[in-house]
Amino acid sequence: MSVASFAEMSARERLAAVVDAGSFHEWLPPAERVTSPHLAQLGVPAAFDDGVAIGRATVAGRAVFVAAQEGGFMGGGVGEVHGAKLAGLLRRALRDRPDAVLILAESGGVRLHEANAGLIAVSEVMRALLDVRAAGIATVMLIGGANGCFGGMGIVARCADTVVMSDIARHAMSGPEVIESAHGAGEFDARDRALVWRTTGGKHRWLCGDCDALVDDDAAAFRAAAVAALDAHRPMTLEELQRESALLQARADADGDNADAFELWSRLGVAEPREVPDLDADALRSRRPAAVAALAQGAA
Amino acid sequence: MAGMETLNFAFDGGRPLAPFAPTLVGVVASGNLEVLVEPSDDTGCRIAVDTSARGFGPVWEAVLRDFHERHGLGGIAVAIHDMGATPAVVSLRLDQAIAAIAGDA
Repeated sequence: MSVASFAEMSARERLAAVVDAGSFHEWLPPAERVTSPHLAQLGVPAAFDDGVAIGRATVAGRAVFVAAQEGGFMGGGVGEVHGAKLAGLLRRALRDRPDAVLILAESGGVRLHEANAGLIAVSEVMRALLDVRAAGIATVMLIGGANGCFGGMGIVARCADTVVMSDIARHAMSGPEVIESAHGAGEFDARDRALVWRTTGGKHRWLCGDCDALVDDDAAAFRAAAVAALDAHRPMTLEELQRESALLQARADADGDNADAFELWSRLGVAEPREVPDLDADALRSRRPAAVAALAQGAA
Repeated sequence: MAGMETLNFAFDGGRPLAPFAPTLVGVVASGNLEVLVEPSDDTGCRIAVDTSARGFGPVWEAVLRDFHERHGLGGIAVAIHDMGATPAVVSLRLDQAIAAIAGDA
């Protein structure tokens, strides 16, 4: 069977590949022209969907709400309308109670052209996502686009029940170029791709417990992971949050002197850390240390 | 709208398509464009272009006239958001949109 690269797909192609064929019903589709009120003033063309498609669909016959961010448009940046579409989808989920909300994330974070509105929008998305999760509706982030999932959307991702990543996907707060700009190439060389991936890539997130399911860059694998996550819930009880906090503190202690990823993996108990970049997702799955597996869903 | 140019074209004649849903192809990205094709009550073919590359009106006119002559479609409204796509990419996106509509029918 041929592999369809999830990273190479547009947002709408990804969406079609993850949900049941023909099941997607879009809200605020392109023809409604709900576009950015800010970009034209800056001389930048708008997108008919403001870079995100939202709607309802089924996955394995189960009712879901779904959003897909288009990384090609402004790096998937969250503007006012884009963010309102995400927040609106999540609030509607509270009312209509689908089995899950899937977000196919590809975003550099807040769209700087409309930064204040975008920042507010991202905070509204976080709040709405946590409300949905607290209501017992599974929240699933599927991260596999070439632009990664950074900034505000990086935080949104870690608010969800389940994070699915491919080995070529990236997830972090500040992106590599941002860190280099702020602290210099001596601190972080954004052109060192090996460094970038072992600091933000899917394998690193998996080994550290930030990613719950590591898959190949294959649309069918993302769909399978989405199906598996439809009933995965991370309870938001005080007890659970305290348990997670203790695990995160232990991980931070292991990284005390800001070790390079190789050293951190070693301290966390990953055998032969130098082999990690050359392993495929299947081979890597058995290497996640128990201590961080406890942070993730469906501990391996 | 500083920095952006809006162009409007209308081509007469052409055969109407079977009823179809609004169809979007492409992405607004560097060197790329998105094309939204919708049914129109007009008999001709109307095309509206928002582009970040100013001063290419005659090239747009040639590329869009070529599209109309090759497909001969009427009763459609085409809206384009362009971020500096080359003429060949524009032609391919327009063909892709028509192919997508035919695939839906």
